[in-house]
Amino acid sequence: MNNRTKKFIRNKAIHFILLMLAVAIFSFILLELSPIDPVNAYLKQAVISPEQRLILEQYWGVNQPLTTKIWGWLSNLLQGNLGNSLIYRVPVIDVIYERFMASFVLMALSWVISGIIGFGLGIVAGKNKGGWIDKLVKLYCYVLQSAPSFWIGLVILIIFSVELGWFPIGMSVAIGTLSSDATIWQWLARLVLPTLTLSLVGVAPIAMYTRNELVNVLSSDYILFARARGESGWPLIERQALRNTLLPALTLQFQNFAELFGGAVLVEQVFSYPGIGQTAVAAGLQSDVTLLLGIVLISAVFVFVGNTLADVMYYFVDPRIRENESFDKN
Amino acid sequence: MSEELLSVKNVSISFTQYVQGLNQHELKVISDLSLDVKKGEVVAILGSSGSGKSLLAHAILGILPENGTCEGDICYKNEVLTQQKKEAIRGKEICLIPQSVNFLDPLMKVKEQAIGDVKGEEREEALRKQREIFSKYGLAEEVDDLYPFELSGGMARKVLLSTALLSNPELVVADEPTPGLDEKSVKETIMDIKNLKEEGKGVLLITHDINVALEIADRIAIFYSGFVIEINKTENFADTGKLLHPYTKSLIEALPRNGFKLTEGVQPLEEVPGCVYYDNCPIKSDFCKENRPNLIKCGDAMIRCHNYDKEVK
Repeated sequence: MNNRTKKFIRNKAIHFILLMLAVAIFSFILLELSPIDPVNAYLKQAVISPEQRLILEQYWGVNQPLTTKIWGWLSNLLQGNLGNSLIYRVPVIDVIYERFMASFVLMALSWVISGIIGFGLGIVAGKNKGGWIDKLVKLYCYVLQSAPSFWIGLVILIIFSVELGWFPIGMSVAIGTLSSDATIWQWLARLVLPTLTLSLVGVAPIAMYTRNELVNVLSSDYILFARARGESGWPLIERQALRNTLLPALTLQFQNFAELFGGAVLVEQVFSYPGIGQTAVAAGLQSDVTLLLGIVLISAVFVFVGNTLADVMYYFVDPRIRENESFDKN
Repeated sequence: MSEELLSVKNVSISFTQYVQGLNQHELKVISDLSLDVKKGEVVAILGSSGSGKSLLAHAILGILPENGTCEGDICYKNEVLTQQKKEAIRGKEICLIPQSVNFLDPLMKVKEQAIGDVKGEEREEALRKQREIFSKYGLAEEVDDLYPFELSGGMARKVLLSTALLSNPELVVADEPTPGLDEKSVKETIMDIKNLKEEGKGVLLITHDINVALEIADRIAIFYSGFVIEINKTENFADTGKLLHPYTKSLIEALPRNGFKLTEGVQPLEEVPGCVYYDNCPIKSDFCKENRPNLIKCGDAMIRCHNYDKEVK
């Protein structure tokens, strides 16, 4: 490990700690300012006497000053204790782990599929700029970009589950079956439609972006010179334009981690897919403060990882960044 | 005189632009341009920066942008160049030396760019040739694996030059090869182009640097507001009396060593019906205002001015 790598890791670590600290504190304050009352959330409208209520308030620490609350939250967080979920009655970390894994499969698949198809479509459209393929791709992208993802999800659900009956309508396992009894095929069958929806939606931004990048690259001076030297057609694009287009497209795709997360929340809701997104909605609606905070933290980690991966990737693909960092070293 | 390599006849280049919504506007950048380049000859097109001279180079190589149209004939070795023909010989018989490192792919090692898209055994051969020509221009072996951003200005120039010359072309189009270079690199460029001429290649030099043009060109074509207004031998530029067009004269007189004599006026931006130099011309007549002069022969030189047209007089 050389100096540059050490410095990179050190900077990223500091960055990460500061980010988590800020997210932890601010999301806590936001929830504190929200009308959520933990006692009411716990009671779920059960009738109790004021004395009992006072005991509960003391138990939850409702009337402590904000700083004490934040300090308590942070010190527990540091020990890896995210608290217990109000609605699931198990430690938050367990809920998140289980749900996040389900979401992760969904998001990772959609991310890869939309990335590859989007980049491919963008290249084809950019190469045939102004042609019918280009127009078709653009039309697709504009429609998908303007339509909300939950609506796309509903349309897909109507077509493939209701009309065609190819796939189950929702849930990760059929009603009446224990999730541990479900076969991998049953589980996969329920993964198809949410993945399809997220991929379809995810294709639009990356395809449009790739197309524009390629058009820009193709009108650049170095493509002009390459053409003047007799290169042309697909080999020219493959040799000179592809890598120059791939770099910015990769960055965008990694930055899309955040959007992916947002998209997953809606799509999981539509398909009743038991992932982190659906859990976040449930936690929000039922005032499960601990679970909500846990999910906020885990999504911050997720987005941070996405951006860091983009940085690392850039480092390997782009010779200019490698060189620039060697100047920093001194 | 030796064999004719390139001959450009009455070439006009224009662009279609959209102005205000769907109104199309034809923007003429080069009008009625004629010139020729012979073997072992350097012909310079001298004009102000940003006046569209480079487009002639692009037209010769068939790499004009989509919205650009080129009228007139461009002949190479007495054969009219069609787009197919241009595509077939560009990079082989006609080569472009571009102006800056921006013309190299930032993400590709320079040797890969120089050899182009070749595979297998051809690749070995191409790499050998590339090393040979890089050495000829004093580029060390380490340079092969550098990326364009790692090159110094002088190195970049040599890389561009040797990349262009890799296929041993007969005609070289050098598009502004000197701006932004230090004096030593400019001198080297001048030497390199002179050497190309010695090797019997034809060179079309597109430049706004009058000193470079005077130094290396055999003939200089003066480019003014889209028109070539005079083509004259370089030696005649030493003496304004031997120059024909009033603009050329004032251009030479404006040089510091010739008295710094400035002439007021700017090049017209809009298309004018008559002579483009009418507004600034000291020897104009009413006839020049409405009638456009053609490029005519006058001795060894070519001139676009009614004063030299016997029929008009």
